[in-house]
Formats: sequence, structure tokens, C-alpha cells
Amino acid sequence: MRYDRQIKLNEVGASGQEKLRQASVLIVGVGGLGCPAAQFLVGAGIGRIGLIDYDRVSLSNLHRQVLFSEEDLGKPKVHVAKHKLQQLNSEVEIDIFEEPLSIENAENLFQMYDIILDGTDNFETKYLINDACILAEKPWVYASIYKNEGQISVFNYQDGPSYRCLFPQTTRQNISCEETGVLGVTPGILGTMQAAEVLKIILGAGTILSGNLKLINILSGKDQILKISKRTEEIEKIKNQGIIPVSIHCRISDETKLYLDIREIFEQPRISSDRVLQIPLSELEDRLEEIPKQEDILVFCQSGKRSKKVVDLLKAEFNFNNLKNVEGGVETIIDG
Amino acid sequence: MKLNIKYFGIIAEAAGKTEEVLEVSDEVSLDELKQERVQNYKIQDPDSIQLAVNHELKFNIKLKDGDEIAFLPPFAGG
Repeated sequence: MRYDRQIKLNEVGASGQEKLRQASVLIVGVGGLGCPAAQFLVGAGIGRIGLIDYDRVSLSNLHRQVLFSEEDLGKPKVHVAKHKLQQLNSEVEIDIFEEPLSIENAENLFQMYDIILDGTDNFETKYLINDACILAEKPWVYASIYKNEGQISVFNYQDGPSYRCLFPQTTRQNISCEETGVLGVTPGILGTMQAAEVLKIILGAGTILSGNLKLINILSGKDQILKISKRTEEIEKIKNQGIIPVSIHCRISDETKLYLDIREIFEQPRISSDRVLQIPLSELEDRLEEIPKQEDILVFCQSGKRSKKVVDLLKAEFNFNNLKNVEGGVETIIDG
Repeated sequence: MKLNIKYFGIIAEAAGKTEEVLEVSDEVSLDELKQERVQNYKIQDPDSIQLAVNHELKFNIKLKDGDEIAFLPPFAGG
């Protein structure tokens, strides 16, 4: 009776429900996109779901990651998510991996699942998912958000285009939802649409978004679909060379100064220098003693907004009088 | 010829609008249009930006009157 309402649909039926039960999906990133996707896929009775994320639940997650509650703050996302999802549907097998997706683990992990769902928030991991999916021969359902806009597509599906066919060239402008702000509903809608693409792939129903990029604008309500062509050379390159890491490391232009980088570790570009202290905002409270008070320090984030708050707060509450904000963010202090 | 231009994400922010109609000379190619708009709005990282002509991603083609051109940056948020 649990699946009665979807079995009634011609696209599902008893045989479709059995296909869902035999299917497995890996969700990379249990955040704004991954949470709603996981909820609907578990609800629909996918046989086995994998969740990979190394992050913990924080207060600013809750407006969009509504799988989590106040009592979960500080706990590892994958553990909380498994517990909640198992309450929703105990028939689904849930595997959890409390670690980052990496060049070392991606291909082997992907081999264990039928479909990969991208719930990540940085270019580095999106290219990694793309390359590992080409090598493991798995389709993946992509989504990304910028403020009130979203992009969704299905890559590497039945010989279709890959993410590198859409964006052969990466950008340094990796701007996360933490940085720009986002309404909770936006990843909610995109993540739910990703779950719909997963169901369609498993059921063989409807038209899969492969070769098409759907663009959504929450504010204007105007959606568009752009056709993506396959660039065979982008796919062959990965088959021949393996995963090509996209890592956006930069040097600071003035090494005489001391810096504090309060961005989270996934935010790009990363700076390689012993003149940069890296203490993510999420860990700052516990690591205050690592910040010297004798030397002048320039504090930066992606845009200068978060770092300004940090400078003001540390001065007011912890007597740091040696901190100065980098107004324009990371781009203004790097070489090239 | 007249072109209908659509901007997405950070490009729409740099331009201060999501669409506009441009009057350009008949010989303008897609690449030339991109270069001109990138300079006009001081758009960063132009190599990462993809262009769609009449809802299809294209590069290096001739344009014709009434074409709809979309300027698409990569997004990464989630």
C-alpha cells in the first residue's frame, strides 16, 4: 500500500515499482540539493541509496535543508540523514560515507551504483563527478544554483554529452550559496527535479534531460531549455587520461603580509602560501587561539562580506585589534 | 540586424539586465558579439562563458537577423 499512489500511474505500475526497488543511487553532497532528492527517492522506494558528505549540520543549513532539525546541529550530515530517511522508509537500504569525494575514491564508489546525483556546490567536485562517471560508465544528474537561478541536466546518459561538453573551460568564480544567498525553495525545486530525472531514468519514462540544459529562474518564472552538443574530444580525453583534476590553486600577490582565509575548504580558488592561515568560518570559534594578536592580519572570504563580519566580531568580542578586512574578497589579493 | 540577447547568472548582474535587443552590423559573428559584450560589461572569465543561438549551444558561427543569443556562465551553488 505504501507505493499505491505511484503504482497507479501507467509509467510505474507493479513492474516499475520493482525496477525502483532494484535500483541504486549515489547522492554526492547532502545539502540543499541532496536532501530533497534523498527524501523523494527514499519515499519512492529506491532499493539502495548511498550518501556521501563530510560536512556537519549547521544552523544556516536549516532554511533549505529541511531534512535536518535544530537538535541535529553539529552532527555529521550523513548520520543524521540516514536516521531521518530510515524513519521515512525502513525498506530502503542506506549506505553512508562520511568523507569527501576524491580522485582516489570516486570511480570505485560510482561502480557500486546505477545513477549518480550531484548535490555538490563547487566546480572541482562537479568535474570530478563528470570524469569518474565517464570512467565508471554511469549517468549523472547535475544541478547548480546561482542566487535565484538554477541549471539542471543529465550527463553521460546513453552516449550523450558530458559536463565538459557544456563547460570545457572552468572558471575561478566559484560562488557558493553561502556567499550569495539563496531562498530555501530554490535548491528544494532543483533537487526535487533531479530526483524526478532519476526516477524517469530508472522507469524508462518520459524524455530524459540528456543533451538539454534546463534553466530555471525562480523570480521571473521563465524557464528555458538549451540544447547541448556532444564534444567527443572532451569525453575521449577522460577515457584516455583518466580523471583530470580541476583544482584552482593560486598564489597571493603580496607575500610580506599575513592573511586569514575564513572560507570553507571547498571554496575556490585555494591559496597555497604559508602566509595564509586557513580557518573556515564554521571552525573559527574553536580555533581562535591560532590567530596571532601581535601581527597585522588581512582577513578575506569570497566577496568581503563574511570576512567583514568576522573582523567586526573578533574586534568587539575577543579584543582582536590587528585585523583588517579585504574589501573585494579573494580575487583582489591573488596573482594573475 | 537586430539580435535578442539573454543574460544569465553573474552575467545578468554585470549587465544589470536579463535581456536586451541589440542593433549590430550584418557581418558580426558570434565570437565578435561575445568579445564586444564582454568588454562592454567588463565580464570576467569570458573563456568559461558559453553561448546559445536560438536555444542551441554554439561557437564560432555567423549570426542572422532576429537570432536569440544566450550568455551562459557556469554555476556551482547547491
